[in-house]
Amino acid sequence: MLITETKNKEYFVNIYNENLEEINKNSSELIKCERNKAIQDFQNIGFPDKKNEKYKYTNIESIFNSNLKCLFNPVSANINLDEIFKCDVPELDTNIFITVNGWFHDNELLKISEKGFIIGSLSEASKKYPELFEKYYNKFVNEEPDAITSLNTAFAQDGVFIYVPEGVVIEKPIQIINLVVSDEELLINQKNLVIIENRGEAKIIVCDHSLTPYKFLYNTVTEVFAGQNSRVDYYKVQNSHNHSTQISSTFICQKDNSNVLSDIITLHGGLIRNNINVLLDGKDCENFVGGLYLVDKFQHVDNYVSIDHAKPNCMSRQVFRGVLDDNATGAFNGKILVRKDSQHTNAYQTNNNILLTNEAKINTKPQLEIYADDVKCSHGATVGQLDEDALFYLRSRGIEYKDAKLLLMFAFAHEIIKQIRVEPLKDRINELVEKRLRGELSRCNCCSINCGKQ
Amino acid sequence: MLVIKDLHVSINEKEILKGINLEIKPGEIHAIMGPNGSGKSTLASVLAGREIYTVTSGKVIYEGKNLLEMTPEKRAKEGIFLGFQYPIEIPGVSMVNFMKAAVNEHRKYKGLSPLSSSDFLKIMREKKQLVEIDSQLTNRSVNEGFSGGEKKKNEIFQMAMLEPKLSILDETDSGLDIDALRIVANGVTKLKTKDNACIVITHYQRLLDYIIPDFVHVLYEGKIVKSGGKELAFELEKKGYDWIKQELE
Repeated sequence: MLITETKNKEYFVNIYNENLEEINKNSSELIKCERNKAIQDFQNIGFPDKKNEKYKYTNIESIFNSNLKCLFNPVSANINLDEIFKCDVPELDTNIFITVNGWFHDNELLKISEKGFIIGSLSEASKKYPELFEKYYNKFVNEEPDAITSLNTAFAQDGVFIYVPEGVVIEKPIQIINLVVSDEELLINQKNLVIIENRGEAKIIVCDHSLTPYKFLYNTVTEVFAGQNSRVDYYKVQNSHNHSTQISSTFICQKDNSNVLSDIITLHGGLIRNNINVLLDGKDCENFVGGLYLVDKFQHVDNYVSIDHAKPNCMSRQVFRGVLDDNATGAFNGKILVRKDSQHTNAYQTNNNILLTNEAKINTKPQLEIYADDVKCSHGATVGQLDEDALFYLRSRGIEYKDAKLLLMFAFAHEIIKQIRVEPLKDRINELVEKRLRGELSRCNCCSINCGKQ
Repeated sequence: MLVIKDLHVSINEKEILKGINLEIKPGEIHAIMGPNGSGKSTLASVLAGREIYTVTSGKVIYEGKNLLEMTPEKRAKEGIFLGFQYPIEIPGVSMVNFMKAAVNEHRKYKGLSPLSSSDFLKIMREKKQLVEIDSQLTNRSVNEGFSGGEKKKNEIFQMAMLEPKLSILDETDSGLDIDALRIVANGVTKLKTKDNACIVITHYQRLLDYIIPDFVHVLYEGKIVKSGGKELAFELEKKGYDWIKQELE
């Protein structure tokens, strides 16, 4: 069933009530129950307005006001992977999975390896593994209900489920490609759940990607649970067209001694809001959140990061860098919360920006709340132009102005890229960023990670 | 090679150079000395094309062409090299990529094809020996975390890579210990041919023990107030700049 004209909170609630049977038809009891709670939360809070500090720089209400349609059934699109990946880059050897409009897209809805590694449809998994969902589903998103997350929980019918059992190391990176296939303007709600048990290891690469020229709003929520001594990499590459809107919320919960790295590389997209919420719920955890955004024209990118140091002896680092050209705008809000007993916390945050024009704009805001006394926390932000002295130095050696500019921008971006722990991906991102900075990378029909060389 | 005629330069409406006249021929080494704030570095920067300075009047003719009309990169490719007093650190740009880009730009300008990676690395190895530069340094970002001495050696290394016709060395000796000074000066001397020329800007005579100048000029309050042979440098070392100041008053 299709719905047009979504204007306000009540209207969404109505859509929900009118289509509840359709939304629920394939869901487990637990998901139905969470959905019910979420719609109530949503009804209570409503969309954040400009007075909401967390969403001050991105107009959420207007995003949900457009003529978006909701689909309650997966499209039976015939996706030819060979068509999407015309040329494969063999060095980046990944297990590829795709979603279409938020639904896990495969003939086999759940794949289970010998070692017990599971990947597949969230909805299917919730029925087959109720005990896992009881333990992990929607556990971290509800601490402080957020309208967008609640709306997602209420509406999302599917997404990707990943389970890595205790002690299992998944060597080959898991690549998930989120596709939008539609000939109308869509609102997509996708929910992913990633569970890495104690001593488990996985590297996940998520690529957002559109096959439609139409506007769409992609609202995705991902929960990542990292058990004791686990190691998780979560990379997100955003490369959609300039009429797209993406709201991506990631909730990471870490237990003792775990190490989680997440990187968000924004190459293209109309309006992007990324929420990264990290709960360090065990001692001796390490968390790294990195972000690189390269935006131009009238693009807007807003990164919100919140690190909750709930246990002692943890280390966190947030490093975000952006280059804004033309009339592009952006925001960075990095929050560090150190709870009372979280002694020996080491938390660090930086946000550096280069504005290439007078019209480009960035708002950057550190937010530190520290309740423990034996901690090391620092933050720093810069907004500036390219270093004139460095430009002159390069030019004085014969390097053309535009190449000198590129070299400096690339060097600036490289600080983020070098954190990537999957070597072939690092090389690929290096290439993509260089192309992007040269203005050669435009939206293509192919996934840029696998076949930017078409 | 280079003719400077009545050059006036200001920055933020303040006149720094007040009528410089200088002629440099191939094969010559000119030393420019003078007290702090006399305009030595300004002269070097203006010749290299730094845009923060305004040339209010005068001419600079380089090999028959109007130098002041050229961009900094064009000047470099025409054979002008500035050894910076304070070399710039550029995090994230590796020395290798930087030099490769620069060398290939020079080659393109001369109508030559770009060097292959192996040829480039070979040349780089040779030139590194010239300034006894630690090979690890070229694997790092440009000047990042280099010591004062390493930065200056790196300037001469770049000079060796680019083989300029006219080098302007702006206080290359400042901040160097005696060993580094010898290495840097020997590098410059080895690069000297009968066809290229060098302007050495310095405060002290000690650099000129290694790089023997053909001419010594004293820059004071934006003008060349005295010129002579290398003996002028000794005289300055002995008597200090006050002697010049007194002579002028």
